[in-house]
Order: sequence, then C-alpha cells, then structure tokens
Amino acid sequence: MVEVPAGKDIWRWGGEAHLPVRGDLRARLRPYRVVLASRARSQTAYRANFALDLVSSLLAAVVELAEIWVLFHAVTRLGGLEFQQMLLVFGLADLAFSLADLTFGHCDELSDYLRAGTLDVFYLRPQPLLLQLVTCDISLRRLARASVGVGALGAGLAVNDIAWGASSVALVVVALVSGVAMFAALFVWAAGAQFFLIDGAEMTNAVTYGGRYAATQPASVWSRPVRAVFGFAVPMAFTGFLPTLRLLGLPGPAWFPTWLGWCGPLAALWVWGMALLSWRWGVRHYRSGGG
Amino acid sequence: MAEPGVGFGPRATARVYWRLLRAGFRRQSAYRAAMLGGLAANTAFGLLKVAVLFATVRAAGGEVAGYDVGQMNAYIWISQGLLGALNLNGRSEMATRVKDGSVVVDFLRPLDVQAAEITIEVGRALFALISRAIPMLAIGAAIGMALPASAAAFPLGALSIVLGIVLSVASAYLVGVAGFWLVETRGIQICYMVMSGFLAGMFVPVALFPPFLRILAQATPFPAMMMYPVDVLGGHTDVAGMCGRLAAQVAWLAGIAALGQVLTRAGRRHLEVQGG
Repeated sequence: MVEVPAGKDIWRWGGEAHLPVRGDLRARLRPYRVVLASRARSQTAYRANFALDLVSSLLAAVVELAEIWVLFHAVTRLGGLEFQQMLLVFGLADLAFSLADLTFGHCDELSDYLRAGTLDVFYLRPQPLLLQLVTCDISLRRLARASVGVGALGAGLAVNDIAWGASSVALVVVALVSGVAMFAALFVWAAGAQFFLIDGAEMTNAVTYGGRYAATQPASVWSRPVRAVFGFAVPMAFTGFLPTLRLLGLPGPAWFPTWLGWCGPLAALWVWGMALLSWRWGVRHYRSGGG
Repeated sequence: MAEPGVGFGPRATARVYWRLLRAGFRRQSAYRAAMLGGLAANTAFGLLKVAVLFATVRAAGGEVAGYDVGQMNAYIWISQGLLGALNLNGRSEMATRVKDGSVVVDFLRPLDVQAAEITIEVGRALFALISRAIPMLAIGAAIGMALPASAAAFPLGALSIVLGIVLSVASAYLVGVAGFWLVETRGIQICYMVMSGFLAGMFVPVALFPPFLRILAQATPFPAMMMYPVDVLGGHTDVAGMCGRLAAQVAWLAGIAALGQVLTRAGRRHLEVQGG
C-alpha cells in the first residue's frame, strides 16, 4: 500500500492552483512520481534483502532459459528452430515480459487489495483508478530478470545470421515495444477479471504466466487448439516467435506466415482492447465491502 | 488442541492428529474458486508442456531418455495433477506464525509443533490432490497415457505420492522455522520456489537433464517430492527402481523431519517474546 506522509498532501489535484499552464502537466504527474520514488526507496533501503531479491529474480529468469536449454541438450532442433534461434525467441519474449512485469506486474496484487478493502482508498483520490493501480508500485528487483532477457537477446542477435538494415532494426524495436504492451495488457486484463473472481488469481495466472511460458516456446510445436488460443486469442506468438521468423527469413508453419512478424502492434491493440473492456466491466461490477 | 480431560495415550494422540488432518482437508475444500483457478492454470500449462515435450520426443526419433510419447504424456499429466498438492513454493503458515510471534501459543499446546503443522498442511494437500489430480489424469487418459507395466506401481505410486507430499510440506516448514534466526525469510522462500520447481522436474523430466544438472538435482530433496512419484506411477521404471525411489524418499523425509525437530527446539530456546 501507498503511505502518504502526513501533512504532504501530494494527492491534491494538480498541485497548487496558481501554477502556470506549462507547469500544469508536471504538477499533475508529481503525485505519481513521488509515489514511485518512495516505492523505489523503500525497496532499496534494506540492502541485504534487496540483493537477495535481485538474485532470486535473476535466478528465476536463468531457470526459465535453462528449461529451454535442457530440451536442446536432448535434441538439436525443436519446431524447426535451433537453440541459437530460440535465444532470439526467448530474448524478445522474456525481455518484453520482464519490462511489463516491472511496471504492471503488481496489478496481480489487486485481489489482495480487494479482499483487504484497500482499493477503496484509490476511489477517494481524484485520479483515474487504473493509472493509480499501475503507478502505486514498481518492482525494481525485476530489473535483474530483464538483464537475462537482454543477455539472451544480445546473444541471439550476435550469433544468428541476420541481414542487418533499417528494416531489421525496426522489426526488433516494433517487436519489443508491442511485446511489452501485450504483456502489460494481460496484467490489466487479469486485474479486471479479479473483480469477478476475488479469490481466483490462479485462474488468470493461466493466461498471464501461461502466456509467458507460451511466448518462450517455438509456436510451430503447438497443436491447432493451442495455436488458436496462444497464437491468436492471446497472441503470444507475436511477442517472440513470429518476429524471429521474419528476422531470420524462415518459412512459417501452418497459420503463421512469416509476414505476421510485423503485426505485433495489431496484436497489442487487440489485447489492450480486451484488457480495457475487462477492466471496465470489473470496475462496474465492483461493490465495496465497506469498511 | 487437546480437549480437557483427554489423556495422552497413543490413541488420544492419534485422534488429535486425525482431527487436525481433517480440519486441514475441510479448510482447503472451502476455496472452490481457487480450486477451479488452479485447474485452469494446470490445464493450460499441461497443454503447452504436451506441445513442447511431444515435439522433443518426436525430434529425438520417438524416444528421449527412456520416454516415448505415452510415457511423456503420463509424466506431464501426473505431474500437473500433483502440483496443487505439493508445496514447491516454500511458503508456510509457520513462517507467518514465527514472524508475528503467534508461534508462542503453539508452543503452549500439549502437541508437537512441527508434527501438528505438517499434519494440517498434509490435510489441505490431500484435498488438493483429490480435486486436482483426477481431472488432470482424465485429460492425460484421453490423450493416451502409458500405463505402468507392473500392477505393483499403483500401491507403490500411491505411497510415493503421499511421501512426496509430506516431504514437500516438511521442507517448506524448514524455510518457515529459519525465521527464528532471520527477520525476513521472504528472500529464502523465493529462492526456494525458483529452484524447487526446476529441480523437482516440473517443466522437464530430471532424466533429460545433462549429467551435472541431474547430479545437482539428486543432491536436493526436490526430485523426491515430484519426480519420483511420477516415475513410479508413470511406468518409467521397474519394481526395483520403484523401491529404490521409495527408499530415497523415506531417507530424505527422515533427515528433513529430524532437522525440523532440531531447529524447532533450538528456535524455541532462541525465541524471545516482547510484551504480553
């Protein structure tokens, strides 16, 4: 929860009323900035604990990469891809997930806020509910996790035979940005669903963390129902697998033509549409337990 | 939670633990939405595991590390079914009770703190096992699961599952009692959670690991929690192999339970309660 120091009314709309128009935006953003800075400070205050947090976060990502590596220890090609090509899939997808997790991951805790009634505090403040939820915390330890994604992506870009040019650079950037947007939208979607499920966080984990797991797989191994679900309904193939196919100029399997590698932004729009609908329905459904 | 007038003969003690076990079972049965959510998550991950692990078996020419498609399928759905019952995250009530000091009340009760805590958690796990393993096994059977060659696999497998559950609960209890000496056990708990799933063979069977990683895994109790019961029930080993795995589980459980007992007693002496 956010603790507002007494006497510092940082939540007042727009700060001081006599600010000029240009300073207005700054003043409006100030509450968010102050909260985020305080959250960052509180996490780094206990150094030993923060170090352990970073290590465990790093370890989590290393283990996920190891799960893939172990399979390639048994076989050389999986779903038409070799390990060095899988590094690109993993790097793109896992880095996107880590960055979304860093900024939106704590939306998962909405079910705790709902049960404890602390969400009602957000309603008292004159700011958009979703924006407050997103900016009420930031998990710095997930930076360690992102570093594994950066490493894998860097290695993947270095060891694979890529025809470098403006379009391949643009492809990597587009894939990463839309990947982050997609995972962030999944967290918002899951938060919206929590209003209905209350205690069913595991149900939405099937989509968020199941999605992360799916995103780091070669989508060519999926059966048709899985392709429909994680290829298009929750378009995880667009985060790592499809951009990798396009980047390396590899032929796509059924349902996944190579040009789809450029369609990450469309997929991100689709997921954000679902996420905002879910959030809207959730908020309308919400009746505070009082307290 | 002995009632007044209850003696401490073996029968009375057994009755107390039986009630704790049932209380844990009933408590878990109250979380219906959580159960459905768990089923959805187990199914989604199971289908993704099917995709990638079947592709691995096929890419290796129909068999990898002794697993054909049917055995891999058995591995996937038995392990998905066990996930709800096993404590692979290292969280425990004990950790909370040590941290907030309410463990003091536990020490006042005429019951062994470790045994009582483990009994309640096993009760909860048994409900999770029944409610979550059956649907997973049904999916596995529909896809085509290999059956064990020997009928002995069923009773031994059941025993192995129970041992795995108790072992997972007893190990998580260790993380909790570490709190007697550490202020915050969250860091250890997260490291435990990250390592346990991987080393227990949650995503890839331990038999597929390269040798150094397999030795590393077998040097921890984690494969005994999940991989061994799955091996026994999934027809991946013969009767001798089953008995060997059961023996390893019993040895791990004895060691970890003894360590838990020692740490609980030492923690009790170390414990300082402020105020009243």
